[in-house]
Amino acid sequence: MNFDDALPTFINEGRELIEEMERALLSLQHHPRESDAVNAVFRAAHTIKGSAGLFGLDHVVAFTHVVESVLDEARSGKVVIDESLIATLLASGDHIGALLDVVAAGRAEPEAALTRKAEPLLAQLTRRLRAHGSEITAESGHAPTEIDPGGGDTGLWHISLRFGRSVLCNGMDPLSFIRYLGTIGRIVTLVTLPDALPGPAEMDPECCYLGFEIGFCTQVTQATIENVFEFVVDDCAVRILPPNSKIEAYLGLIHQLPEDPTRLADIFVQCGTVSARQLADALQSPATDVAMHHTDFVSDKHGGVRHEPANTADAKPQHGLGAKAKECPSVRVDADKIDHLINLVGELIIASTSATLAARSTQNGELHEAHSTLSGLVEELRDSALKLRMVKIGATFHRFERVVHDVSRETGKDIKLVVNGEDTELDKTVVEKIADPLTHLVRNAIDHGIESTALRAERGKSARGTVRLNAYHDSGSVVIEVCDDGGGLDRERILAKAADRGLLEAGRALTDREIYALIFEPGFSTADRITNLSGRGVGMDVVKRNITALRGSVEVDSTAGLGTMVTVRLPLTLAIINGFQVSVGPSVFVVPQEMVDECVEFTCEAGQNYTDLRGAVLPFIRLREQFEIGAPPGSRQNMIVVRVGAHKFGLVVDRLLGESQTVIRPLSKMFNHVKGISGSSIRGNGEVALILDVPALMAHACLSQAPSTEAAQVAPAEMRL
Amino acid sequence: MSSATLRLDGEFTIYRAAELKRQILDALHQQEALEIDLSAVSEIDSAGVQLLMLVKREAEALGREFHLSHHSPAVLKVFDLFKLSIYLGSPVMIRSCSVATAVPPPSRDRHEF
Repeated sequence: MNFDDALPTFINEGRELIEEMERALLSLQHHPRESDAVNAVFRAAHTIKGSAGLFGLDHVVAFTHVVESVLDEARSGKVVIDESLIATLLASGDHIGALLDVVAAGRAEPEAALTRKAEPLLAQLTRRLRAHGSEITAESGHAPTEIDPGGGDTGLWHISLRFGRSVLCNGMDPLSFIRYLGTIGRIVTLVTLPDALPGPAEMDPECCYLGFEIGFCTQVTQATIENVFEFVVDDCAVRILPPNSKIEAYLGLIHQLPEDPTRLADIFVQCGTVSARQLADALQSPATDVAMHHTDFVSDKHGGVRHEPANTADAKPQHGLGAKAKECPSVRVDADKIDHLINLVGELIIASTSATLAARSTQNGELHEAHSTLSGLVEELRDSALKLRMVKIGATFHRFERVVHDVSRETGKDIKLVVNGEDTELDKTVVEKIADPLTHLVRNAIDHGIESTALRAERGKSARGTVRLNAYHDSGSVVIEVCDDGGGLDRERILAKAADRGLLEAGRALTDREIYALIFEPGFSTADRITNLSGRGVGMDVVKRNITALRGSVEVDSTAGLGTMVTVRLPLTLAIINGFQVSVGPSVFVVPQEMVDECVEFTCEAGQNYTDLRGAVLPFIRLREQFEIGAPPGSRQNMIVVRVGAHKFGLVVDRLLGESQTVIRPLSKMFNHVKGISGSSIRGNGEVALILDVPALMAHACLSQAPSTEAAQVAPAEMRL
Repeated sequence: MSSATLRLDGEFTIYRAAELKRQILDALHQQEALEIDLSAVSEIDSAGVQLLMLVKREAEALGREFHLSHHSPAVLKVFDLFKLSIYLGSPVMIRSCSVATAVPPPSRDRHEF
C-alpha cells in the first residue's frame, strides 16, 4: 500500500484532531484544572506529531513538538494554563492547521511568510518552558537532541552499515568512516553490532565482522552521506533512510538485515530513528497491511519500551492510543461510494415503483402483498442510505465557540454561547457549505448585535451577552437560528440607509420584516465604524447568496432593545424526497410532500386568483396557466394547499395522483432559466415528472399580487400573503 | 579461583590482531577472571575493538569474569565513537579508571606482555 494514498486520511484526521484540541482548549478556559481536557489537547498534538513524522513532514513535527512539550509540562502541572496560554495554544492549533493546508496543497515546505508567522508563537511557547527552567527536550521518537524551533531538521537519518570481511585487509577501517561521518553531522546514536562474529576458533582477526546502526543528525543531503562510504561501497552494505521515513521503510530494512528482527527493532528504537510509538501507529494507520506481518515484534517492543525509564515519553501515550480507538467506533468511507449507493437506491426506487405499477394491472393478490412489503423495505433502505450522508450539526456549532472566544477577545465583550439542537442532522454537503455563512452571522451578532458592556449595564441588561444557536427540523427542512440579546436592528437607520442607496420606492410602506430584509442587500452596512470583523458591507449579501444556493432561505427578525434573530431554513437533503404527484392534462408534477398541507376541491369565481379557505383568503396559482399547458381542464379541478414557512397558497391542478418516492434529478443547464421547476424525476412508467419549486412559485404568486412589481423587488426576501 | 591482569601496550590494531587474539584467548581460558589493562595502548582500531567484543562474548559463554581497565585516551576515544562504553564496561567506571585508585584492582598476579 502506498503511503501517499494515506496522506488525505492523515490530513482529515489532523484537522479533526485540531478541532478536538480547540474544543478541549475552550473548555479549559472555563475549567482550567480539568486534567481530561489537558490530556485531550496533549493527545491531539501528540498524535498529529506522530503521524506527521510517519509522513516525513518535518516542519509539522518541529512545530507540533514545541506545542507538545508545553502541553506535557502543563499535564505535569509545571506550566500553568491561563488565558494567554490558551490563546497561544489556539493560535498554535491554527498554525498546525495552516501547515496541514500546505501539505494538502501538495507543497513540501510552507512559504517563508507562514514560517515567519509562527516565530512569535514559538517564542511564546518556549518562554513558557523556560519560565520554569525546563528545556525543550525531544522524545526519543524523533530527535534525542535539542530541537531547532525555527523549523529545522528534527528527524534522524538512519544509517545501517554491514562491513564486508575484507575491509580491514584492504587497508580501510570502519572507524575512519564513522569518524568522517562525524564531520558532516552529528552521530547521535550508534550501536555496534558484533553479531556477525563467529566463534573464537573460526574468527579471523584480520577480517571485519562489524555492523553499525546509526542515528545521524545532519543538514546534508543523502548523496553527501552516501559519498562518505564511496570508497567502501563494494565492501560494505550501506543502507540509508532519511529522517522520519515511512514506517514501512524501517520495517523493510529490518527484514533486509541479517540479524533477528526483534533485536533490530530494539536497536532501531534505541537509535531514536523510529519510535516504538511509530511502530505501534503503523498498526493503526491505513498501511496496516504492511505492518501487520510485524505485529509480533512490534508488540514485543512495547513491553520493552515501557520498562525503560529513558523512554517514558513513548510509553505515556499508550493509554491515549487505546482511548482514542474507543472514542471513534466509526468507519471512514469515501463520499463517492456513498453517492454511488444513493444513486443505486434511487434506481431501485424507480424500478420498484414500476414493478408495483405492473403488479397493479394484474389481479394477483399475492403479488400485491409482496410488492407492498417490498416498497416498505425500499423506503427504509432509502432512509438509511440517506442517513449515511447525514451528520449532526453539533460539530459545526462547536466551532463557533472558537469564533465567540476570538471575537469577544477582540471586541472586549463578555459573550456566552448557548447551543441547542446539536443532534439535529442534515446532509454533510449542506453542513459544510453552511459553516461559512453561519460564521458571518455569529460574528455579526457579536460585533453589531451585542452592545458594549457599559451600554448593557446602562440598559439594565446582564453584563454578559448571549448568542444562541438553535437547530431543529421543521416540515422537511432544517431550521438554524442565530439569536443575540443585543440592541436589535435599528429600523430607522436601515430605512435611511436604504433611501440613501435608492433602494426604497417612494410612497411604499414596508413592514418591519421587509425593512430588516434590506440588510441582505449587497453593499448594505449600517455599522458606523468598520471593525476588524464586520461592517464592511460585505457579508450579509454573501450569506444570503450562499444560503439560496443551497435551496435555503434566510429571514431576520428583530426587537429593538431585546435582540435579533436570524433564521436560516435549509433543505434536509438534496437527493430523494417524498413527493406528492399531481397532473395537469398529460403532464405530471411533483410537490415535495412536506410542503403539502391539504387537498381540497377547487371552487372559485372565474378571473380571480384567490379563494376562500374556511373563511381565510388563500391566493392560488393555476398550474395550467403557469406552464401554458394547452389541454382543456376537466369538469372537476382540485387544489393542493402548500405551505412555505408560515405562508400558504394553493396550486390548482386537474388530478391528484398521490404520494410517491421521488428521486431528484437535476435539470440540464438548458432549463436553468425555467422558473418554478427545481428538478425532474422519472416515474415508474418511465415518464418524466417535473418537481415544482414551491418557494419560487410562491414568490411568483406574490409578485402577481403585489401592487407594484418594482416595489416587490426591493424586498424579495420577504413576501406577505 | 585464579585471576589475572593482562596488560596490553602499543598498538592494538590489525597488525597485531592475530597475535593478540591468541594471547588474550589463552589468558581467558587459563583464568577464572581476566582483566585487561589498556593503559599502555597507544592505538586501537576496528580489529582491536571487534577482538575485545569477541573475547567478552567468549568470556560470557565460558562463564568467566572479564574486565577492561585503565583505558588509555586512545581507547576511550574509539569506544566513545563506537558507543561501546556500556557494552565493554560502564562509562563511569571507564572515566574514573584514569585514576588508578578509583577502582580496586581485582588482580593478584600481574602478567606482563
